[in-house]
Amino acid sequence: MTDYSQQHRGHSYYEANARQRIAHLLDPESFAELLGPADRLTSPHLEPLGQPCAFDDGIVIGRGRLDGRPVLVASQEGGFMGGAVGEVHGAKLTGLLELAQSEKPAGVILMLESGGVRLHEANAGLIAISEIIRALLTVREAGIPVLGLIGGAYGCFGGMGIVARCCDSLIINEEGRLGLSGPDVIETTMGVEEFDASDRALVWRTVGGKHRYMLGEVQCLVEDDIAAFRAAVIKNISMPIPLTLEALEQEQLHLTRRLQDFGQCQDGIDVWQSMGIEAPAMLPLLNIRDFLESVAAQAKANYED
Amino acid sequence: MKIEPLLNELFPAGHSVSVRAGLLSGYGSAGPGQVAVLGTTDHLAVSAEVALELACFVLNVVREKPGVAILMLVDTQGQKLSKADELLGLNGYLAHLVKCLDLASRRGHRLITLVYDEAVSGGFLSFGLMADDIHALADAQIRVMNLPAMARITKLPLETLQELSVKSPSFAPGVDNFYKLGGVLSIWRPPLADHLEAALKRQTCGDHRRDDGMERMGRKLAARVSRLVVDAKPKTG
Repeated sequence: MTDYSQQHRGHSYYEANARQRIAHLLDPESFAELLGPADRLTSPHLEPLGQPCAFDDGIVIGRGRLDGRPVLVASQEGGFMGGAVGEVHGAKLTGLLELAQSEKPAGVILMLESGGVRLHEANAGLIAISEIIRALLTVREAGIPVLGLIGGAYGCFGGMGIVARCCDSLIINEEGRLGLSGPDVIETTMGVEEFDASDRALVWRTVGGKHRYMLGEVQCLVEDDIAAFRAAVIKNISMPIPLTLEALEQEQLHLTRRLQDFGQCQDGIDVWQSMGIEAPAMLPLLNIRDFLESVAAQAKANYED
Repeated sequence: MKIEPLLNELFPAGHSVSVRAGLLSGYGSAGPGQVAVLGTTDHLAVSAEVALELACFVLNVVREKPGVAILMLVDTQGQKLSKADELLGLNGYLAHLVKCLDLASRRGHRLITLVYDEAVSGGFLSFGLMADDIHALADAQIRVMNLPAMARITKLPLETLQELSVKSPSFAPGVDNFYKLGGVLSIWRPPLADHLEAALKRQTCGDHRRDDGMERMGRKLAARVSRLVVDAKPKTG
């Protein structure tokens, strides 16, 4: 076994695939996949529709070590059907979360990249996401932290956007996007006047990593480097956040205030301005270090109340 | 079914459920005792505000009525599709509602769902799907997306989808399909109060949907795959 060292730096999370992310995030050579491609557990619903299948159904799960501690990890493959959740894909993730309940690892790491329910098996996918949510919250109830990582090309949307916000904490890069309905879905259904999905800058100001960090929806904003994600996971994994009545009452207050304060806003810039950021239009242009420095006070306020 | 007659049929002994701007909240008297009722009507889309209102009621029930069963009545067209709601982090609001219901369940509140009209994707996920036992009226609609929209997005011919929807319960809308997949435990027909009473008395044991789906041959892999993961032994050495 080798140490996680300098040679692991410089791998873009955004550009890596599901397996590369795991390989660079965990301690070297520590990953053991469960139900890998050799097991040929593929979706039975795609072939009848003339669609190609993947031998892992678009998700990699298994055991590994992080900084020497045992973890369970899942990584969704955006390159296969946008990481969408079907029957087998969902059952692998639910199974991993149930394994965590008996095995009690130091934490569960979910690398989320998904458009949500896979339409080709929509009903099975919807129920599967509900099963993932319930299994995830049972893991948290056991005091095992669940961390979500977001930063791939497909973002984290649909039901998986809800799953993400059920995690103890979230780590995102600037390229990462997190939401419920994707901009394309809103534009297609409600019209381009409601949301112009082709306006990439507007999309990032609405669902992108920096805005999610400003709101307190994610706890860590990091550079697009898997080593940076790893460092943030190590920092957060020892801090499970109990879901008590008091904690949820706090969240109720926090979300109510957010709705009151920013409910009329139509653009991230409006939100940041209301927060008291001096030059809100400049935020998208800043690199991560300067961005974090310039918004530190606001982000701290959002995170703490 | 309209909400007022539904409430009267469910609670012949009376109820105090208020219906306001598509939101339902209050209490009803059922056979075994008091039941907290929450939900939506008029196909209400679940926005950040709606999720907060429902969550607020759940937290009140947890605080003030320990152990009282919670009945969720579902009629939603799904999540609110709006840029302003996405800007606020709508997924986080729905997740908050989910976490509040999960807390209630852990504190001993039975969660029961009745889909009485329409249940669609994100809106359904945020509350109705959190119950151990999910029931539906026979003429209710449950779906992620209708077939024409699905055909457009997947770029598959509508005829192919219609043809396959006869054979596979996995993607075509419908209560029967969700029943086969284990997503609906039972289908209610009048008298509804009897069904509610039986549902309240039923012993439950967590999330049984994969096993139901397997038994009904609608979802043949979910239970097996998750079991294989749970049983996977670590490599020795």
